[in-house]
Amino acid sequence: MDNLITQLINLFAAVILMLAFAMLSQRRILTLIHLFTLQGLTVVASTVAVAYVTHQHHLYYSAALTLALKCFLIPYLLHRLINRLNVRWDIETLINIPTIMLIGIVLVVFSFNLALPIAKLSASIARGTLGIAIACFLLSFMMMITRAKAVPQVIGFLSMENALFFAATSATYGMPMVVELGIALDVLVGVLILGVFMFQIREQFDSLDISHLEKLKED
Amino acid sequence: MNLSGLLSQFLAIMAALLLAPLLTGWVNQWRAWLQNRSGPGLLQPYRMLRKLFIKESVVAESASPLFRMAPYVAFGCMLLSCAIIPTLSTDLPLSPAADAIALVGLFAMARVFMALAAMDIGTAFGSLGARREMLIGFLAEPALLSVLFTASLISQSTALTEIVENLAHRDFVLYPSLAFAGIAFCLVSFAENARVPVDNPTTHLELTMIHEALILEYSGRHLALIEWAISLKLFAYSCIGLALFFPWGIAEAQAPVALILAIPAMLFKLAIGGFLLALIETLCAKMRIFRVPEFLATAFLMAVIGMLTHFLLGS
Repeated sequence: MDNLITQLINLFAAVILMLAFAMLSQRRILTLIHLFTLQGLTVVASTVAVAYVTHQHHLYYSAALTLALKCFLIPYLLHRLINRLNVRWDIETLINIPTIMLIGIVLVVFSFNLALPIAKLSASIARGTLGIAIACFLLSFMMMITRAKAVPQVIGFLSMENALFFAATSATYGMPMVVELGIALDVLVGVLILGVFMFQIREQFDSLDISHLEKLKED
Repeated sequence: MNLSGLLSQFLAIMAALLLAPLLTGWVNQWRAWLQNRSGPGLLQPYRMLRKLFIKESVVAESASPLFRMAPYVAFGCMLLSCAIIPTLSTDLPLSPAADAIALVGLFAMARVFMALAAMDIGTAFGSLGARREMLIGFLAEPALLSVLFTASLISQSTALTEIVENLAHRDFVLYPSLAFAGIAFCLVSFAENARVPVDNPTTHLELTMIHEALILEYSGRHLALIEWAISLKLFAYSCIGLALFFPWGIAEAQAPVALILAIPAMLFKLAIGGFLLALIETLCAKMRIFRVPEFLATAFLMAVIGMLTHFLLGS
């Protein structure tokens, strides 16, 4: 039974990586938010699975916290945000999508190689998934770099937090509860502040294109 | 080679030949129902084949022997590939003839002959269709190969029968790498079978058709063979998918009872698969042709990540 659940954790890890790639290749903001919600759900599922196998009760709490925050509250805030900003559809990427995907493969190879020696030091049951967590982290990072608009960048930031949480769960059975609560609040406050920020950017430049921020003076 | 091997081989070929048009009819029927139309009936592909076989075959004046040969080559390739895919049983005497890599080669050979025949007449539509078909083909093949390699890595063999034997008759293990391979395989089979996100199999609109443009000049028994080959290809792809990702129910060697049970199991799996295909086709919109490379790049990437995950997570 435990063996099957360990395999299930590996499967969830693969799904998280798949969703990270799906987000990387997605052109529409609305679908991006749905994918982010799904990724959050998968992280919750894998955390519950780890908690069940290892009998670590605090992992149940952090799974519940993640569920409330990343599957309900933050997607709701994002939906409200894009409705009010009226940017439901288009995203422009700075590099074309097949190239992004190819760079993505390179990142995955890099992080798998990076994780192999680290995973040997760990004794946790889900140590193999550390490479996937690092890969998701780098992919979300690349999503932030390659997107020109502000909303996808925020989603990239949030999915990076998902990857970090997953890495913590798989490598060390999660962080102490205080740290986790702190991070959760940070992310929530971050989303609120970035939302206000986006309104300000649009007020100022009439668009959400970040490249306008490079100008220091009015010309 | 023994009697039961011969029997299961014969059964596999007959099942492919007879059930392939039925699968096409089933998919079309569901497509019609899902689009609020009353469908043409399950047996429509058989009726069409009979009609085409009776009709006279008209060939263009400028056609070379290649044009007459291509339908037979395509049909032969598809039939051989159906014969080496373990649809009902893994005990197939023909299977040492071609492994998974040769199977991809067989599909490629059929495609090359169809493209050459389309260009042979010299009409504009033929060469347009041939170019588009080759564009899709050269992008889909590496992805398909990588999917098959992922399965081969798990079972340490490129022979399809051994892969299925390994996956179906060992302890149940969840392979994350097969999840990636499964998604990649779905994307590839949409492209290879000229299904909706890539090509509409029912269209005759010049600007969008890919597959129809290839066979525009054929008629009579040649067209019948090609239509049958298309059905066989859909059947072959469905069976590869079922064999790799849902291998339960396929009989082992020396098991006559399991062989009898394998037929309803296969019918059940194909029925569900055909319904899902029709559902996806109804829900998707056709892509612009220049989006197709992106679509197939995604498939290739998924397949490669599947292989990488196999190395990371082990088995």
